[in-house]
Amino acid sequence: MVKKKNSEVIVIEKADDMPPMPASMGSMRHNKTASWRSIRPIILEEKCKRCMICWKFCPEPAIFPTDPPAIDYEYCKGCGICIEECPFDAIVSEKEGK
Amino acid sequence: MKKVLTGNFAAAYGATAAKVDVVSAYPITPQTTIVEILSEIVADGLLDADFIKVESEHSAMAACIGAQAVGARTFTATSAQGLALMHEMLHWAARGRLPIVMANVNRAMAPGWSIWADVTDSVAQRDTGWMQVYCENNQEVFDTILMSYKVGEYEDVLLPTLVNLDAFFLSHTSQVVDLYDEKTIDAFLPEYNPKIKLDVKDPRSFGALTSPEHYYEFSYKMQIAQENARSRIKEVSAEFEKRFGRKYDLIEAYRCEDAETVLVDYGTIAGTAKDAVDRMRDRGERVGALKIRYLRPFPVKEVCRILNSARQVGVIDRAISFGHEGPFFTEVKAAMYGSQIPIWGFLAGLGGRDVSIADIESVVTHMKQNEPSNIIWIGVKK
Repeated sequence: MVKKKNSEVIVIEKADDMPPMPASMGSMRHNKTASWRSIRPIILEEKCKRCMICWKFCPEPAIFPTDPPAIDYEYCKGCGICIEECPFDAIVSEKEGK
Repeated sequence: MKKVLTGNFAAAYGATAAKVDVVSAYPITPQTTIVEILSEIVADGLLDADFIKVESEHSAMAACIGAQAVGARTFTATSAQGLALMHEMLHWAARGRLPIVMANVNRAMAPGWSIWADVTDSVAQRDTGWMQVYCENNQEVFDTILMSYKVGEYEDVLLPTLVNLDAFFLSHTSQVVDLYDEKTIDAFLPEYNPKIKLDVKDPRSFGALTSPEHYYEFSYKMQIAQENARSRIKEVSAEFEKRFGRKYDLIEAYRCEDAETVLVDYGTIAGTAKDAVDRMRDRGERVGALKIRYLRPFPVKEVCRILNSARQVGVIDRAISFGHEGPFFTEVKAAMYGSQIPIWGFLAGLGGRDVSIADIESVVTHMKQNEPSNIIWIGVKK
């Protein structure tokens, strides 16, 4: 098997070393889904009430429940659910690649 | 303890005896009484399980997958169109290596709408990676459910099993079924405790993106598991016989030792064929019957070992792969590749048409009078 350049990726040389099902293969470490994003959600710290509704609704999950909540821009696909769900309009969108 | 049970009761009692943790099922047509009985057993507190009612068979299998992934032993049942609706999830269960056991009442696919026996529904799921068993009687349904959990849960197998029973001929027909005693069953079937499972204390991702670098090996491992299952089935059957006194295997050969003509069959037709063989034997005809229990893993060696000593072979299918021939006929023929033994492909009983002893005798008569051919329709109104 070809080894990946990225040292974080789990490299498995033979089938015997693999789990029976595709579990914990580490594939998401190199499959950074942020490249799919066309809009970038931005949390406005002064408007944010720390209700964590965005964290609950993020399907990825790409929002960390910190103070204020932080978006994981390596995995956020820009679906906009957090923007839609935020009751305080504290998340705005910006076109990606601007 | 012996009881008079229909095949559906036998299946429900089998799951109960296996002490399943979760039953998930769609409760409406084409569902059978299997899960209705189970819902009562759970509601009465006779089985400590969660009964999940869902909105479709697709969801029923999805719920079983989720439950089995956390380490629960799960069971569901379906039939015909319901099994077809599960198709995508069947792949998820098998490739996820989750040893779920499901009872499928073999019913013909619509249209025309049918609730009668035909194995097209399960044969259409052949390549999902599930093991598939075809039962001849209600005792076999009960026993096979117990054995299937044991076989599937071995670490070198980890595969789900589809336990098939013919509509009406088994599902709604009462027979005596020995339910054994709880202690003996518990000693036979230990608790399910998989090494890799969904666990918040040991987080893993399941079924995530798998590149060509690994997918090929996962497929290779699935095939190895199916091959391991062949020997595990033999091993578990031998243990079952020791504990419960009933003999099972990948196949069942009936009076085949010195048989010139061997009829290959499965499901309830196998029972009728045994009676037909007895009658023909009484007339001095050297006829035997070979019942195939497992469609997957297909018992190639075992089938060849029996058939190689025959002079002629006839396969009776209760389904057709349109544009080709009977599905088990294809399998048997492929297993026999290279042999000079002539082989006939018969179709009978599609959509629940009765297959009588006389029909099976007519198969042997046909083989005496005609050259081998791939599709012979028994009793079709041409």
